[in-house]
Amino acid sequence: MKTGLMKKRFTRFVQYLLLTIGALGVVFPILYAIGLSLMSAGEASSYPPHMIPHHLKFTAFPAAMETAPLGRFMLNSFVVSLIVTVAQLITASLAAYAFAFLEFPLKKILFLLFLSTMMIPGESTIIPNYLTMRSLGWIDTFRGLTVPFMATAFGTFLLRQYFLTLPKELFDAARIDGCGRFRFLWSIVLPMARPALGTLGVYAFITTWNQYLWPLLMTNSTSMRTVQIGIGMLQFQDATTWNVVMAGVVIILLPSLLTIVLGQKQLVKGLTTGAVKG
Amino acid sequence: MVHRGKSLKQLSYALLYLSPSLLIFIVFIFFPMAKTFYLSLYLTNPHGDPVVWKGIQSYVVLLSSEMFRKSLWSSLLFVFFTVPGTILVALALALLANVRLRGIAIFRMLYSSTIGVSVASAATIWMFLYAPGNNGMFNYLLGLIGLPKVGWLVTTQTALPALSLMSIWMGLGFNFIILLGGLQSLPEDIFESARIDGAGWWRQLRHITVPLLSPTLFFVLVVDTINAFQAFGQFNILTQGGPDNASNVIVYSIYREAFFNSRFGPASAQAVILFLIILTLTLIQFGVVERKVHYQ
Repeated sequence: MKTGLMKKRFTRFVQYLLLTIGALGVVFPILYAIGLSLMSAGEASSYPPHMIPHHLKFTAFPAAMETAPLGRFMLNSFVVSLIVTVAQLITASLAAYAFAFLEFPLKKILFLLFLSTMMIPGESTIIPNYLTMRSLGWIDTFRGLTVPFMATAFGTFLLRQYFLTLPKELFDAARIDGCGRFRFLWSIVLPMARPALGTLGVYAFITTWNQYLWPLLMTNSTSMRTVQIGIGMLQFQDATTWNVVMAGVVIILLPSLLTIVLGQKQLVKGLTTGAVKG
Repeated sequence: MVHRGKSLKQLSYALLYLSPSLLIFIVFIFFPMAKTFYLSLYLTNPHGDPVVWKGIQSYVVLLSSEMFRKSLWSSLLFVFFTVPGTILVALALALLANVRLRGIAIFRMLYSSTIGVSVASAATIWMFLYAPGNNGMFNYLLGLIGLPKVGWLVTTQTALPALSLMSIWMGLGFNFIILLGGLQSLPEDIFESARIDGAGWWRQLRHITVPLLSPTLFFVLVVDTINAFQAFGQFNILTQGGPDNASNVIVYSIYREAFFNSRFGPASAQAVILFLIILTLTLIQFGVVERKVHYQ
């Protein structure tokens, strides 16, 4: 009896130990960045290198904001991500509604056409898109950064799957009540689909916030840079200011990490239903 | 007649809902993809206008070029280093976290945290971890256990593995979430009866968990492979394709050819090859998902 309890306790101890080692391994680079950002320039470049600051210093953060207009970059990224997220929610809801609730000829073909966009990697279309943007004069504009991403096949598929789980009788009941089809979408389907919309919203926001190649090509002026590109401005400054670079990294990591923490449940649910249920 | 009129009306009504998405797809995906094919058959001027017709010849030149073959090889190596590593580590983490313990939610959140880390910030952090001097964290840690310093990003043999290691870390969050979801959906009673039969931890893992998890494993395998073929940010920030083109993978090579050398034609031909690789992988994925649905 007693040895059984001991054994159980020991197993639990080993489990926690392994879990903690795993966690330290995974978050090590992030902790390293946070640690460096809280050091003075001297401590950050000292040998042996410190993981944990011996003297807490917050000077790196104002220094980072001064070296590069990080506030402006954050604002640009925020505006771009917000516009893309809202646009994707609208276009995907509309399309998913048609695929889930309406009967029309060519439905299958149109649905396949949507899905086929997922087989075309952005890198394969980037040259013509860049040339188009340049000839339209959309370089260094929010239009150039957002318009190409305003529709999403993945999001349409995700919402359609969710809409299909809603009871079909709703649709008939609404029609008998004389509820118009658009009003049915707006005041019945969308409120019920809030979890799926949340998943898509979080996913769209993070993906756009983290974009790299397209904003790199689309922005030339400092005032239009997004954070992901702007962070590069810190690296090529003086090599001894590691603390300042890491302060910049911490500043741009915060919004997406916060989104993950707050939207974790929905994101996990959304991603796994897609993968596990096929 | 009446019927056709009705279905036409239905179609145009549906198109009201579909047209915003369709418009974006046509302008920014279908038309550009066709134009990439078109441009790949020409040499262009610096403005991107096709001037010299090359036809299929441009592909012959590309595939026989030493440089492009090296790019293709580097991409394959990168995929080969990155994908199995990501899946193995993420699977280990998912197995660890697939228990009922107090505080497990916190561990799960930490394990999925890298899904929120952008390639630009990850690359910047790892640039410092890999720093070649004394105060590079990894070299310092190697020194602590008595190992010699490593050139990480600056020698031709280590650059690609170093980029892979960083990319493995970046992919952990997503892979962990998917694999944990897969583990949680496995039926509990099979493990119960295996335990009664006296099957140990390892045998349960090998003979029950992994086979049952195989559809999910296959899903992450394909998604990770596609992602690894498309990786760009870490190459641009950490190595710029170097040293000595050791990390000049296809996407980086497209970028350099098109936007530094303004050789839009040959760059487009490379983009077509990339498209064919991704297309094949996606078709495989869809095929398997389809089969999985039938099985259920």
